Amino acid sequence: MTRTLGYRLFQALLVALTVGVLTFIMVRALPGDMAYRIAAGRYGYDMVNTDAANAVRTELGLDRGGAAALGQWFWDLVRFDLGVSVVSGEPVIDEVRHQLGHTVELALAAVLMSLLIGPPLGILAGLRPGGAIDRGLLLVSSTLRALPHFVVGLLLIIVLATGMGILPAAGHGEPQNLILPALTLALGLAAVSSRVARDAMAGVVSSPYYAFGRTKGLSEAQVFLRHGLRNVSVPIVTYLGVQFIYLIEGVVVVETLFAWPGIGHALVHAIFARDVPVIQGTALVMGLMFVLLNALVDLACYLIDPRRQTA
Amino acid sequence: MLRTVSALTLGLMLGIGHAHAAAGDDVLDIVAPFEINGTDPSTAGDLFLKMGVAETLVGADEAGKPIPALAASWELSDDGKVWRFKLRSNAIFHDGTPLTAEAVVAALTVARGKPGILNKAPIETIAADGNDVVIRLSEPFAPLLAFLAQNTTAILALAAYDDKGRVTQVIGTGPFRISLLQAPQKMTVERFDGYWGEKPSIRAASYLAVGRGETRALMAESGDADYVFNLDPASRTRLSRSSKVSVLSVSIPRSILLKVNAGDPLLKDARARQALSLAVDREGIAAAILRYPAAANQLFPPSVASWHNANVPPLTYDPAKAKALLADLGWKPGSDGVLAKDGQRFALTLVTYPDRPELPLVAAVLQEQLKEVGVAITINSTNSSEIPAKHQDGTLQMGLAARNFALVPDPIGTMLQDYPPQGGDWGSMNWSNAEFDQAIKDLSNISDTAQGQPLRDKAVSILQSELPVIPIAWYQQTAAVSKKLENVRLDPFERNFGIASMRWAQ
Repeated sequence: MTRTLGYRLFQALLVALTVGVLTFIMVRALPGDMAYRIAAGRYGYDMVNTDAANAVRTELGLDRGGAAALGQWFWDLVRFDLGVSVVSGEPVIDEVRHQLGHTVELALAAVLMSLLIGPPLGILAGLRPGGAIDRGLLLVSSTLRALPHFVVGLLLIIVLATGMGILPAAGHGEPQNLILPALTLALGLAAVSSRVARDAMAGVVSSPYYAFGRTKGLSEAQVFLRHGLRNVSVPIVTYLGVQFIYLIEGVVVVETLFAWPGIGHALVHAIFARDVPVIQGTALVMGLMFVLLNALVDLACYLIDPRRQTA
Repeated sequence: MLRTVSALTLGLMLGIGHAHAAAGDDVLDIVAPFEINGTDPSTAGDLFLKMGVAETLVGADEAGKPIPALAASWELSDDGKVWRFKLRSNAIFHDGTPLTAEAVVAALTVARGKPGILNKAPIETIAADGNDVVIRLSEPFAPLLAFLAQNTTAILALAAYDDKGRVTQVIGTGPFRISLLQAPQKMTVERFDGYWGEKPSIRAASYLAVGRGETRALMAESGDADYVFNLDPASRTRLSRSSKVSVLSVSIPRSILLKVNAGDPLLKDARARQALSLAVDREGIAAAILRYPAAANQLFPPSVASWHNANVPPLTYDPAKAKALLADLGWKPGSDGVLAKDGQRFALTLVTYPDRPELPLVAAVLQEQLKEVGVAITINSTNSSEIPAKHQDGTLQMGLAARNFALVPDPIGTMLQDYPPQGGDWGSMNWSNAEFDQAIKDLSNISDTAQGQPLRDKAVSILQSELPVIPIAWYQQTAAVSKKLENVRLDPFERNFGIASMRWAQ
């Protein structure tokens, strides 16, 4: 286990290094003059012009070489300073904290909701493969996974907000604002996690040890709790780790649709405006989060599956 | 984690089966696409002005005429070079400090040092003289009043700036003060009791930047927002049938135009540009994409009365004539249907940007319409800054833009920037006309509307015949307003949401 954690720590360092260099090179390699792009991000399309771009170029010293700028970023990073946004002038760490905080809130809510929806339904379906629940779930989950977030979100707004009027359509600040965007993401997550749970459960149910549990006279509930739950948990928890990637893909669309002030939306804007410090800072924090989450998933699987502890 | 869980539970308990907060309270909820780019007037001044947080020295009425704002009055020296502004004696900033000439001078000096509008005026000095602010110019410049009404010149208190001139806190003088600022999306304001002017009836308002038009419209429909700015055509039609909101619209001084490089070998001849103009079915574009009567048969819409010239022959749609003009210039259809001359094809690249979602659509229609007369267009939909960037490096052939002629309330501010003899980033390129240049130069010295009218008419008629830019469509600003709200007016200059004069229906 120590080895795994040590490996994750090494991975974290590697992520920081790679993310810093890659984002920097990629942004520099994007077509277009950075000074103009930053000026457009700052002053908007009505006010962007050559004067503004030149002022930005002078202010930020964009003429100096890329190596110097990258070196500066690493030097600042060593001192835990992520720099300031070239668009808003705010410290990157504040922007990331504010926006990533909102995204993490949304993502956690989505994962929690999906855990309440997906695995229980999947387990029910897996207990009787080919049954009515199984077939119904296959249809619903395929449909939900096939629909883009954008469509699911709009449908939810139309039904729950404008139609029934029980939830706000978009915005943030009130607790209710969280429900629709989280549900939009959760439905997509649950669509897949229910399938994973269903297959895992079906596998367990058809296994000899499960049959033996039944044969020795345990009730359905007993055999599920003692021999089923722990065994299906490992693939479900492992899959959770994979889901975070799907979440990051989803938040960009969902945040924009629901006017949620998160990182997906902010990152897209930062890329358009060539806001290198924000892109680097965000990518760095997100990269480290992935490493942390994977470490947590490893840890959870280690605790769930005793075989790993003896191996 | 705990916060999320409790938020969820609370949300589920309160939210379901309970009318949500936005609809019931007395906070006016405004939703628009504009993001809050920071705390500095040079980047976010438009929103501070729109929300009634900050004010400018000079205001503008509905026709764009200068009216007193923080300056109660002003006078101009006989040589037209020295402007003296008398400040309002009862105006105070949100931090309780009085409006002084020093504060105004400091704010204007900072604004002048940043990209914006003030650095484009021939200002020599800005100084305080007692409680007056004196601006000395190197030459007479009548549009100064309009420049001082622009949002980047909003006046903030001395305490708002740090020693490098960066804004750390937004301290304005407006009828509302900021209670929460979460860039880039959210701002809430509350009534400022020390306001010098008439006290607003609205107690508090919130602003939310929402990028997607569909979301904005749905927020209006569900009652989450009371005042929703910028509606897409489909939503506008749907909302106009709603019983809960009314849809307002106003013609604004913004035009979709095709900026052409008049130095490009294909477009050098004015007849080639006329041919392109004749090939454009403006009515069709207006009806299919913008869905309101918006076909621009000249640069300015009739609502900009002083710059709309009713006497110029309108731009028309006549593809046959377009083909004839191009044939006169020696262009002959090639094997692929594209015109060719001396082995060169009539093929152009058109640069546009998706910040205004209708622009790429208009570009696609233009591509089809120009194909009809044998002109091949490649569309490059990219960042808005590519148009000025490619203007500067000379590689631009055509750019499709939605140009705002109300950068300052008087269109002359935009005209001076966009149509100087050497060309402007968003206007003419490799085009100049001595008569036109003289007319614009003279106009910058004349403040009297009637006196400048012949010059404006002349300038517009030259633009109409030479077509350094090809007008395509005029804009209307639309908003959905809750029926609970009264006294709502759309500002054609997009300077102010007008919260201060709105009230809740009794």
